[in-house]
Amino acid sequence: MPEKHEGLVKLIQSFSTEGMVEIPNSTPFGVIIKSEVLFTVCEQLHKNPAAYFDMLSCITGIDNGVEAGTMEVIYHLYSIPFNQSLALKVILPRDNPEIESVNSIWKSANWLEREVYDMFGIVFKNHPDLRRILMPADWKGFPLRKDYKHEEYYRGMKIEY
Amino acid sequence: MIINLGPQHPSTHGVLRLEVLSDGEIIKEVVPHIGYLHRCFEKHAESLPFNQVIPFVDRMDYVAAMNSEHAYAMGVERMLGIADQIPKRVEYIRVLVAEMNRIASHLIAVGTYGLDLGAFTPFFWIMRDREHILRLLEWASGARMLYNYIWIGGLFYDLPVGFEKRCREFITYFKPKVAELETILIDNKIFIDRTANVGVLPLNLAINNGITGPMIRASGLRFDLRRVDGYSVYPELEFEIPIGEGRMGTVGDCWDRSWVRVKEIYESLRIMDQCLNKLEGDHKRTREFDPQASVPKKIRPKAQELYVRAENPKGELGYFFRADGKSDIPFRCKARACSFVNLSILPEISRGVLIADLIAILGSIDIVLGEVDR
Repeated sequence: MPEKHEGLVKLIQSFSTEGMVEIPNSTPFGVIIKSEVLFTVCEQLHKNPAAYFDMLSCITGIDNGVEAGTMEVIYHLYSIPFNQSLALKVILPRDNPEIESVNSIWKSANWLEREVYDMFGIVFKNHPDLRRILMPADWKGFPLRKDYKHEEYYRGMKIEY
Repeated sequence: MIINLGPQHPSTHGVLRLEVLSDGEIIKEVVPHIGYLHRCFEKHAESLPFNQVIPFVDRMDYVAAMNSEHAYAMGVERMLGIADQIPKRVEYIRVLVAEMNRIASHLIAVGTYGLDLGAFTPFFWIMRDREHILRLLEWASGARMLYNYIWIGGLFYDLPVGFEKRCREFITYFKPKVAELETILIDNKIFIDRTANVGVLPLNLAINNGITGPMIRASGLRFDLRRVDGYSVYPELEFEIPIGEGRMGTVGDCWDRSWVRVKEIYESLRIMDQCLNKLEGDHKRTREFDPQASVPKKIRPKAQELYVRAENPKGELGYFFRADGKSDIPFRCKARACSFVNLSILPEISRGVLIADLIAILGSIDIVLGEVDR
């Protein structure tokens, strides 16, 4: 895979004045950006002909646990014409995590963001249809959080295992 | 009118519920409800060592388990930095079994699609031919569908003696059968009438929705990760990437998607043939060859994040790993399932079609609910 990091870094820096950090030991290459500028950076990465990230492959949520007190959302972008991958990471506070939805840029974000919301409870603002997707609608809690406890009862049924 | 299609209905290919809002026969809105087959893959993966996750990976796309294993093993090997130490023979065997499984998966896709549209005979034919593949894979791995054959750093076992010969017999037997399937199903007048110009997926919409695999190729983009990323030994192999040409209607309609899948079966047969040549030639079976020689005893990658992707029969299968460097258990292991993302296009392309066409569109997406729900 061709690597064009410096150009990419400069490009992203030109979109936002906020400081950004490279993700250590990340494949593909990625940067950490502030959650406030995520939407503008994504919009530019999608529109700018020098970047042209036309595909959003994957959105991953990560819970760093109670001690760290942070959650992360990682966006894996891919540019078909340049054959270039990029990871964008935002770090959110663990209590009341909120971030702008990128659904208006990439339609694939719709279900991927719903899945992250379902599993981690990260709220995507301006998402058109933010419901649970894999878990039942009346499920309590967010299962992939590190401090999640298994419920003993589900709708009055005892769960034994 | 609101109709619930599924969750128990053969044309939904599993447990998928479609809430259909229709005006008479015309569909106004489709809302897919998924999650009936959710088995907490990602939660399980957070409590198991890397090598014990492989059986769970099998159960995601259960009609193409070898491909999922291949992608997973590749990802962990890249994290450990042993990706270039895997013996060539192991890599060729991996590609061989993955392509066999790709054929099996495409056969299911095309055959059950015929079943959805009322063509009953092709289903029996594909089941008969698929059984040959499954028996070969059972001979190699010991299981019919969920193999746990590709291990991190190697294989469970070398191919059994005589496997190559049987594979060649299968290829000779199977080539005319695919042609037969193409004649009776794909070129059938009724099939064309049901699928041509139905569920047209324009390329810009496909890219924006993250569609991959045969679906994006049917929309006219020559995008195959086996070629683009060139992982494993695919750069050494010759194969074409068929794309939709709109022969019977518009580019990216249901007919194109089925046609691309059948053409890919031919290409997979070509790849199989080349792998067998290598396995009988340059990378022959030797007495001292041990496919488990480079399997690491303790899998403890350095602290890092890695996203790996590979071409599955249904599209781009991606795994995201976060290793913390202190344990042999992944801190986070996320699967980006191709069926999940491909299914999300369904509401977009099925607005304003007839209910019968909705079944045609759903079948042409080729979803496996085990992978949608994980």
